[in-house]
This record gives sequence, structure tokens and C-alpha cells, in this order.
Amino acid sequence: MKITILYFASLREQLGCAQEVLDVEANTVEELLPILCERGPQWQQALCDNAHLQVAVNHTVVDLATPLKEGDEVAFFPPVTGG
Amino acid sequence: MSQWVRVQQEDFDLSTEVARLRDGRKDIGAVVAFVGTVRDINQGDRVSTMVLEHYPGMTEKALHEIREEAHRRWRLENSLIIHRVGPLAPADQIVLVAVASRHRGDAFAAAEFMMDYLKTRAPFWKKEQTPEGSRWVDARVSDQQAAQRWEHADADI
Repeated sequence: MKITILYFASLREQLGCAQEVLDVEANTVEELLPILCERGPQWQQALCDNAHLQVAVNHTVVDLATPLKEGDEVAFFPPVTGG
Repeated sequence: MSQWVRVQQEDFDLSTEVARLRDGRKDIGAVVAFVGTVRDINQGDRVSTMVLEHYPGMTEKALHEIREEAHRRWRLENSLIIHRVGPLAPADQIVLVAVASRHRGDAFAAAEFMMDYLKTRAPFWKKEQTPEGSRWVDARVSDQQAAQRWEHADADI
């Protein structure tokens, strides 16, 4: 299934990627993460070893057990610092 | 984007926005407005400029949810959130939260609640330029604690 993945702020810079469309078999965010982290140490560090990682699916912050479906927009970002 | 939640590059004028919020109504007895501005010092370092990044779409949704939650919790006549994005310099205005209500208690509490939730739930990120180079601003534990005060407050209101 195809999903869009977005990366923001420090994660975008660390990974050198702002957005990608991925054709992937992952039922949940938790299943998606190891697929991304296999890409190399940069990815492992930024996503899988990151205790502060925030995840949103379709503009709502979710936990890792959240199911994914075709066409979802998944976003990874660090804790927010606006205001 | 609704007229009461705005994410924009441009600056805003407090008097204009408060007048818009009040809209000449005579049943409004209190307006509380918070303006956040860029400091030229953070964690002991000079900050020369700053860039605010956000997540278009989710930002507006998060701000709408915060505003709606404030209206559920307090008796408010109207409220407004403006948050700027893009490059900013020290002393620039970043954010405006303004709340109008009949009595001051609701407006004070709701404005503080909206800022506390905005700081921990709306997807904005600050990158500041210092003499040592640029760096992403870290989230503060004190901001998390400020937001947590409201999480079990429903029973008290």
C-alpha cells in the first residue's frame, strides 16, 4: 500500500528528506519504523533510537500501535517548540 | 483557515485584532490578550534571528482543537489565535492569543490554557541563529508541566 511520509525540523535535516511516498507493507506505525530504520545508522538514530519521537497520522498525534491504511499521511517530528 | 485561527508570515496589530474580536459587542466585559515575542537571548546565547517551521494542515487543525477545547471549558464569547511562521528577529511578535468573555476569570484562565496547550501540542519548531551557529530549540519540561496542569482540570471547572 502507498503512504506518504513527512519529516519535520531536526529530523528532516538529519535524514535529508522532507517527504516521500512509500509502497510498503506495514499494518501499524510500529511495523513501519523498522523498515525505515534499516536504511542506515542515520535513520536508526533519528527514528528508532529516538525516545522523543512524535508521530502523527493524518494530522493527529498517535501512538505506535496505530493502524495504517492506503493513502495515509504519516509524519515524524521532534517535540514541538512554538509559542 | 478560519478568521479566528491564523498561521501567517505577516506581523499583526494587537489593537486591530482586539477590536475585531470584540466586534463592538456590549455583552463582553473582559478581553485578555497574550503576545509572545522573540527574545535575543536563549540558554545564555545571543540569538540574532530565528526561523519558525510548521506542519501545514496539522497546525491549523491543532489550533482549532485547542480553541474549541477552551470554549468547552470556559464561558467565552470569542477567541483568536494568530501564530507567525518563517524568519523572525528579536523583539518580533510570534504569537497572539486573545480571549473575550463576560467576566475576567474565564478570559484569564482560557488564555493561559490556550498558550500552554499551543506550546506543547501545535506542530511548530523554532530554529535559532546564535554566534556558534544555528540550532533547533529543545522542548522544555516546564512547558510540559504547565500543560499537564490542565489535563485533569475538567472536574474543577
